[in-house]
Amino acid sequence: MGIKRCRILFLSGMLWLVGCSDPSWQTKDISGLMPPLKFELTNEEAQPVSEADYAGDVTLLFFGFTHCPHICPTTLAKLATVLQALGEDASEDLRILFVSVDPARDDPATLREYTQAFGPEFIGLTGNEEALQALTRRYRVTYGYGEKDDKGQYDVSHSNAVFAFDRNGDAQLLIREEDAQEAIVADLARLLAN
Amino acid sequence: MGVIEQSLNYLQPWEFSPAWILFCLASTALYIRGLVHFRRSGRCTGFWRPFSFFLGIAAIYTVTQTHFDYLAQYMFFVHRGQHLVLHHLAPFLIALSAPFPLLIAGTPKRVRDFPGITTVVQALRPGYRLLQQPFIAALLFVGLIYFWLLPAVHFDAMLSQRLYQLMNWSMLLDGLLFWWLIFDPRSSAKGGLGYGVRITLLLAVVPPQMLLGAYLTFSHNVLFDVYEVCGRAWPLAPLTDQRLGGLITWIPATMMSVLAVLIILGRLLGQRAGKYRYG
Repeated sequence: MGIKRCRILFLSGMLWLVGCSDPSWQTKDISGLMPPLKFELTNEEAQPVSEADYAGDVTLLFFGFTHCPHICPTTLAKLATVLQALGEDASEDLRILFVSVDPARDDPATLREYTQAFGPEFIGLTGNEEALQALTRRYRVTYGYGEKDDKGQYDVSHSNAVFAFDRNGDAQLLIREEDAQEAIVADLARLLAN
Repeated sequence: MGVIEQSLNYLQPWEFSPAWILFCLASTALYIRGLVHFRRSGRCTGFWRPFSFFLGIAAIYTVTQTHFDYLAQYMFFVHRGQHLVLHHLAPFLIALSAPFPLLIAGTPKRVRDFPGITTVVQALRPGYRLLQQPFIAALLFVGLIYFWLLPAVHFDAMLSQRLYQLMNWSMLLDGLLFWWLIFDPRSSAKGGLGYGVRITLLLAVVPPQMLLGAYLTFSHNVLFDVYEVCGRAWPLAPLTDQRLGGLITWIPATMMSVLAVLIILGRLLGQRAGKYRYG
């Protein structure tokens, strides 16, 4: 085998490793790293829902719990600001799915009350342990519960990132805590334009 | 959930992977066949060699195909523990047991006589020789630890199942190559490395691992945000997690080198004593 062929093999191997990521996205590109959107959960009206109910929309997926002191309110508030910056058209085609991984405390009514504070595009979802595990495992995220205090309250560890799916339900972006608002707006505008 | 049911749950694979199960089952089966074959022909294998081999295989199975793998995906320090087993402990035990004669004796004759098997072995030989050059072996051993801990690489590896498997397999295979080079029972006249080179190699890989471990332990920044992104197995402060991971990368990993040096020195002294006695 010639040196040139070796080099081509090596380079294509490296490309495969880095997953041919598109450098023009400003948040983390996860296309190819993660499977398309799929779930079976319960919505705020206690009705069963699946990814098919949001087909055709750009969907953002975020895991949390309503008693969350910092990460969840901050992230959801940030997304609400992003929505405003994106304009009115966006709110028709963009759905933000807030999946509670604390079903013991977050029933549909609690979730509705919580997401209403952020806007009509925010939809609270939850499910039993089996449904939550199937979804979190699919996106390689997890959650866990801390010790209960005297009042029966406890901390919940969960993913702090937002997964963004395009209109076909394919995983496209991972929005992290430190990502700038402008970067998120630019990337979501691009997703919505496709 | 009952205690039994819960413990059974912990024994089940988090992500069922036929490759790991096949690897563990096939090597165990070949080894047992080899043991039976040896016993029939009256050759002695002792207790410690098979024990060391089976312990190594069991360790690989435990960290990849039980609930341990779940924790390794969602806790940095458990992940470091997983790599300690895959890259250091298990290959160390397997190489120390010098399993090749038994594995070969245990391989069915049909497979050994399979046409083309010698061609495959011949074709792999130059690559194997290259990887087992002492300098390259040391570089690969340390380089792989550093490579998978580059924050950007680590992030993708933890997100993508494909890369995660590639990472763990690469650690195991490199571990087997390295520790086999160290514990190869052949003397330098018969193709093994000289004892001096082995000891140098073992000592050379210590400082880079200490440096990395100390860096992780004493860093004031969270270097791997993927565990925030994916969530932790239970709420543990990120820096505590990172420090524990740093300590595992630092202390037990380098202790393995020290232990191996002692074993090599023991062999060296044994050889000398043998010479004096008979020569």
